[in-house]
Formats: sequence, structure tokens, C-alpha cells
Amino acid sequence: MKIGFLVNPIAGMGGSVALKGTDGEETLRRALELGASPMAGARAAEAVKLFAAHAAGCEFLAPEGAMGADILRAAGISPTVLFEAKEATAAVDTRRAARLMAEAGVDLIVFAGGDGTARDICAEIGDAVPVVGIPAGVKIHSGVYAKKPQAAGMLVSNFLQGRVKRFVLAEVEDIDEEAFRDNIVRARLYGYMRVPDDREFMQERKSGGGAGTAEEAANLATFLALSMDESTVYLIGSGSTTMQLTNKLGVNGTLLGVDAVKGGRQIGKDLTSQAIKKLLAEAPREKRALIITVIGGQGHIFGRGNQQLSPDVLRMIPKENITVAASPSKMAQLFGKALIADTGDPSLDAEFKGYIPVVTGHSRKMLFKVS
Amino acid sequence: MNNLERMKKFHQAKWNEPVIYEMSEPGERAVLVPGPCCDCVSTDDALATLPKEMLREGVANLPEVAQLQLVRHYNHLSQENIGVDGNIDIGQGTCTMKYNPKVNDRLAGQPKVTEMHPLQPAETAQGILEIFHRTGELFKEISGLDVFSMQPGGGSHGVLALASIVRAYWRDKGEEEKRDEIITTLFSHPADCAVPIVKGYKVVIIQPDADGYPDIEAFKAAISDRTAAIFFTNPEDTGIFNVRIKEFTRLAHEKNILCCYDQANANGLLGITRTAEANFDMSFFNLHKTFGAPHGCGGPATGMVAAKKELRPYLPMPLVEYAPEKGYYLDFDLPKSCGKIKSFWGVAPVVVKAYSWIMALGADGLREVSRVAILNNNYCMKKILEIKGASISFPNHPSRIEQARYSWQKMKEDTGFGTADVQRCIADFGTHYWSSHEPWVIPEPFTIEPSESYSKQDIDDYVAVLAEIARMCYEEPEAVKAAPVNSTVSHTDHDYFDDAAKYAITWRAYNKKYDGYFEPKKK
Repeated sequence: MKIGFLVNPIAGMGGSVALKGTDGEETLRRALELGASPMAGARAAEAVKLFAAHAAGCEFLAPEGAMGADILRAAGISPTVLFEAKEATAAVDTRRAARLMAEAGVDLIVFAGGDGTARDICAEIGDAVPVVGIPAGVKIHSGVYAKKPQAAGMLVSNFLQGRVKRFVLAEVEDIDEEAFRDNIVRARLYGYMRVPDDREFMQERKSGGGAGTAEEAANLATFLALSMDESTVYLIGSGSTTMQLTNKLGVNGTLLGVDAVKGGRQIGKDLTSQAIKKLLAEAPREKRALIITVIGGQGHIFGRGNQQLSPDVLRMIPKENITVAASPSKMAQLFGKALIADTGDPSLDAEFKGYIPVVTGHSRKMLFKVS
Repeated sequence: MNNLERMKKFHQAKWNEPVIYEMSEPGERAVLVPGPCCDCVSTDDALATLPKEMLREGVANLPEVAQLQLVRHYNHLSQENIGVDGNIDIGQGTCTMKYNPKVNDRLAGQPKVTEMHPLQPAETAQGILEIFHRTGELFKEISGLDVFSMQPGGGSHGVLALASIVRAYWRDKGEEEKRDEIITTLFSHPADCAVPIVKGYKVVIIQPDADGYPDIEAFKAAISDRTAAIFFTNPEDTGIFNVRIKEFTRLAHEKNILCCYDQANANGLLGITRTAEANFDMSFFNLHKTFGAPHGCGGPATGMVAAKKELRPYLPMPLVEYAPEKGYYLDFDLPKSCGKIKSFWGVAPVVVKAYSWIMALGADGLREVSRVAILNNNYCMKKILEIKGASISFPNHPSRIEQARYSWQKMKEDTGFGTADVQRCIADFGTHYWSSHEPWVIPEPFTIEPSESYSKQDIDDYVAVLAEIARMCYEEPEAVKAAPVNSTVSHTDHDYFDDAAKYAITWRAYNKKYDGYFEPKKK
């Protein structure tokens, strides 16, 4: 088995000195000036401790020094060194490491960092190689991270013992740091990476044949497809849940974009806000519908990864024709939280306040609060 | 003797027992089956009297084993088992594991019960029909409702009966098409959502509020003139009794919605509060579990339906009735009935056991059952919450009724070990433990229901086991990873249970899929 191991040593440094992130050279310089010290390595080491015992017989590939090799050696693992990075590591080093690991055919990439790190890796490998993220950054909005370094360590340990057999797609998200420093959360969905299905180790077996994430998604997509009306124009929003629907319909959908379907045929692909408005205008109001999903983590239904669905687009669609669909496990993760409609127009957001049904499977929906 | 030390030295029987087909030796017999009737008729003559399509072409593939080897085989298997009679069975929360008096088994095992046939004319079955009828009469007091059907063969089957009654009712009212939604709550039993879907309904799920009660504002948003019925479990799986329950039924009744009460968790309510007081139109009770017949793990059981008299026309048929002039009889004259939920009229041995249990206790005894169950639960809860790493769902909510859902979230964060690890470990102590129904919204859940049967010592011992496992998680991680080491099996590969291409529940299916021991067949 081949495992890639990668640490973004500067991840998380901006946090301790209230810079809310560490993206960009200037920010790093300021963080260092303010006395921030690297902490990602220590967090990565916490995870390595938990899987080192099962590392025998595996080849570990890592960049030299603080980007990985040092941490592995400290835990008694001798890695194959990919390259030596300059002292001040940058996004290009992360991307280079991810690329080399993918080329070497690794079975898993274990990495420590924050949302910026996840974005860099995602840009190189997409969902081609499974990953386990050790949370070490300031911003952890992405679903590719374990909750804690120890949890990441356990997951890798399970993987090394051959106990991980199922994977799910998890969101790679990041916020605009500049805006965030002005207290504006402007988040975007950047893509999906493949992560081990953690529930595999948790799954309750009283009822037998427990529905895994893949089964839940298939159940949901089938029900949505069966519920569609032939003469209605459906906008299908971004995300892996809605992608399952386009797959089910046999149309070539866009993972991070908005597509349009009518009568089972694709009538628009990766549409802009302008193109959506033009398309909707051709259909009578009651024949316009929208199917979107909830973006995991914070629970956004609008304003994250689907900015094409601008306030004027949303106003063209009857509210009762908007279907929010998400798997039961995704909604379980949001238990106790409210959904967020951040359309960019506060008066429209107010219209979505209250309770919205979220379709979670065949003939079942859950009423969820929108705050 | 220190009970924890005693339990730590437990070792489960492990016989490496073959599948009985593998023991088969041609010609061996455990019993000699008598011939057709007498020597004057041959087997072939007897078979010739049967219609051709009923005849088997070859000989049935049955294992051939002599009696001693057969007894030994099943005795070994029974020793690898666990159940109420063999362990402190309070870890199977929501299942109301309690002592099932042996005398009731004797009563139900008498030829008077076992030799009955459900197709016997009613006038030759007066005794068993009387027990059915009297059990219904007892439930007039227990539930406050008026009419009863003991046809459903289990709890979820009781939900199916309720959903079927709902459909029959709206069909009769001419609103079957319009009323296509059912409302339930997130912590109601999963069958309250799944079964109405089977019955063709769309189900809307209400989440709990911060105190653990179903969110009444969400409920107001959910009810409409499309709502056919509400299906509420109370107390819910969390052990929280919905004290606003009458407000929910009032809102539902304002829109003429039928109210269905899942009373599978009634063990803390007997003689204290009733379905009628919560203004529900119908409910079901588990005569197994709560009323002393064994939890059958899938049956045979009885999910007895109770309803207001206005709903009598829609109940499953036949109903067991009494008239002075003809005695006990089966009433099939129900033209608006939802039909049959099950063949015949119910699982008689379960009804006999429940009837005996209720009669032995009386009204005061039933109330005492619930009071002790609640006391046991709250005592157990206090002790569990003293364990490092353990917490309870909805901690701001005060005491629980008969069970409680807990969480190992803190322990998971501290040690990486969660409820699945505890579940593996506990097998080494000769007992067991269950986590939670779906949805898994309480992190690392476990559900404990110490019903009235267990002594203070039992509860102390069980909690001591949980505390010991928590200590191991914090202090002896390697031991936790290896567990169970004293059980029949250690770690199992779940792939076989999840993959339809891999699992086999019969020997015939196994042989289609595998050569030898779990060697997949080569294509």
C-alpha cells in the first residue's frame, strides 16, 4: 500500500494572532511578525501517533522536512522523499506534492492543513485519490477533514488495516479571507474530494443491511426523478446530491453548476444567472421548479456554490416549487442547527425564514428551520 | 463476591459448531416418521391421492442426523446465545427486556392452547376467544379506548394496522386521495415513518426542539388539509415524555386529522396515564415486551390495536365479540374494514401470556410495574452520568420515564473510542448493549432501559461494567482494540451483511454463492 503524507506547515498560523487565515505571503509575513508559531506539524504528529503502529509494509511518500518527512520519521516511519521544499513553503509546494503523489499511484493522501490546503490539493487531484484531512488550519469549512487530529489518525489506522471499503464525496469549501476580516462570511464550494465513509465504523446493525451513504443517495435520486413533472422546467443546483439526480436522469450534469432539465432532457448546462432567467421566462410561472441540496457543514441552501441562483432568479420560481433534497446522514450532521438562506438579498432571505421541508428519501421529508 | 471481577472472568462458549447440513450422514434419523396410516396403504398410494402439482419431484434436501447428535448440536448453539434468562438485559433500550414468568410459558404451552386450530368453529374455541375478549376488556381500563384487535403479529405490524385503518377511514370519508400525508417525529420509532410509506403515504418528520420535545411550531407548519394522521411515539426513544401531547392532538383534531399513538414504550405509563387522556383516536400496545410475553426479535408477537368506538368499522377483521345468546364469536360483518392484517385472528400464546401477566398483577400491580421501571431508570441514569466520558441527550431536560438515550461523545473526543467500541467490549463481560435507532443524531449513542424486573444489584453491576469499559478506553486502549477476546467470535467483517451478493441466510443460498468456508464461487 502507498500512502501520501503532506503537511502545510504554515496552516493555522494566522488564527492564533487573529488574522482569521494564513492565505497569501503577506498574511504569513504579518502572522510571523505578530509572533505566530507553526502548529500544523504538532497536530499532524498527533494523528500519526495513532496510525504509526500499522504503518509496517506500507510505503509513505512525503516532501522533505516540515512538509511531512520529519513528522513521519519522528514516529518511526521512513518515508520516500518526493522533493525538498524551500524554507517558506507555499501553495505551489502543496500542489506539487499532491500531483507527484497521484502520479506515484498512492492509495490515500493524508494531509494536514486548512481550507486553503484542501483547495490546493483538490485542484490537483479532484476525487481521483481518497484523502483524509487532519484539521490544522484556521478555517475548516470543508467536509474532507476529520473532527480532530486523533479522529483522522484512527481513520488512517482503519484504512491501513484494510477496514475502509467505502468512500463518499465531501465538499471542499473556502471563504473569502479578505471579506471575512471585515466580518463578512462569503463562502464558496470549490469541489469534492473522496473521503472514507466514517459511518462504516459506527453503523448500527439492529435492522440489518444498514443503508450506507451510497444507498441513501440512490434512494433519494430515484424518488426525485420519479416525482418530476414532464412539462416543468427544472433547475438542478450544484452539489453531489443533485449530481446523483442528473446521473439518474441520464443527463450529463455539472457538479459545481446549475443545469436545466425538462421532460427528462437537458435543456441547459452550467448556466449563468442571465441564461437561467432567459430559460425560465419561456415557461409559465407554475411550470418553473428548482431542486437544490444543502451544503454540508454550515447548512446553506442558498449563497454557497450556487450564486447563479441570484435573488431575481429565485423570485421567478414559486416557493412551493423549490425542493431541497439531502441525504438523512447529511441532515443528521446538521441536527440542532438551522438552515441558512443567504441569497444576497435580505428581504428575500426573510421570505425563506420559517420551516422548509427537506426531502431525505422516498416519500419522506423533514421539516427544517431556516434562520 | 465482587461482581465486576466475576463478570470480567466470563468466557462465552465457543463450539465451532458446523452447519447442520454439514453433519448430515445418509440414512441417519432423529425420529422415525410413521407411515401413511397403517400397513395396508403404501406411501406411493397415499401420495397418489394428492393433486399432481402438490407433489415434489425429488426427495427434499434435509439434513440426516441422529437424535443424540442433533440434541448436542442445538444444545451447543444455545450455549452460544444471550437473552433475558442469561444476562442483565438492560442494554437493549427501547425493547423493554423484562422477566417473562415461566408459569405463563407453561399456561401457553398447554395442549388446550397448542392443539387449537384457527379454523375451528367459534363454538369449539370458546375458551381462547374468551381470553382474547377479556384481554380487550382489560385494555379498556389500561388505554381508555373501546375496541380492540389482536391480529397484528408485532409492534411495527401494529403500526401497519393503524396506517391501514387511517386509509380505510379516509376512503370511507371520500378523502383518500387528498389526505396523503402523515406526520411523525424524529424520535418516534422508525416504523412510525417507514410503515406509512409502505402504505403509500408521504411522511413529514418533525424535529425536536432544544428541550427534546417535538417542535410545536414545526408541527403547526406541517399540518394541513392534506394530513391524514399523526403517528407519535410517547415517551420517545430519548425517554422524554412529551408533556404537551394534548396540544398536538388538539391542533390535529382541529383539522379533523386522526391521531395515532405508538405505545410500544408504555412500560412507564401503566396506571399513570392513558391513550385516552392524551386524546388519541387509536394506539397500539406490545403485548410482548411491556405485557410480559417475550420480546420475540421479530415475532411471534402481538401489536394490539386499540381504538375509539367510532373507528370500529375500519378495524382489521374479524373482531372477537361476545353476545349472551351465542357466546364468544368472530365478527366478519365489517364492510368498511381495512381488511386482514394477518391470517386468522392473532398469536394466541402471546395473548395467553399477556392475559396471565396482567391478571397476576392486577391494577395496583401494573401501576407498581411502571413506578419501579421509572425509579430503576432514574437511578441507573444518575449512576451512568457519573461515568467519565458519558453524557445524556438533551441534558437540560429533567428526569426521564422508562429509558434514556446517552452519548459517549466526550469519550470519543478524548480517546477515539465510541459506542461501537463499547459494544464490542461488553461482550467480554457476558452481557450486551445496543446503541440507537436511526437517525444517529445523538453522537455515539447508547440506550439503556432497566425495566422493573432488575434488582438494584443488577443495575449496579451493569453500570460497573460500563464504567470499567470507559476506564479501559481511557487507560488501556490496546485492550479495547482487541476486544472481544472472550466471546464466541471476535471482529467480524461487516461486508458480508451489507452486500446482497455475499450474504446468505439459508444453506441453499450459501451453496449458490460459496465453495467451502466463505470462499466465493468462481464464475
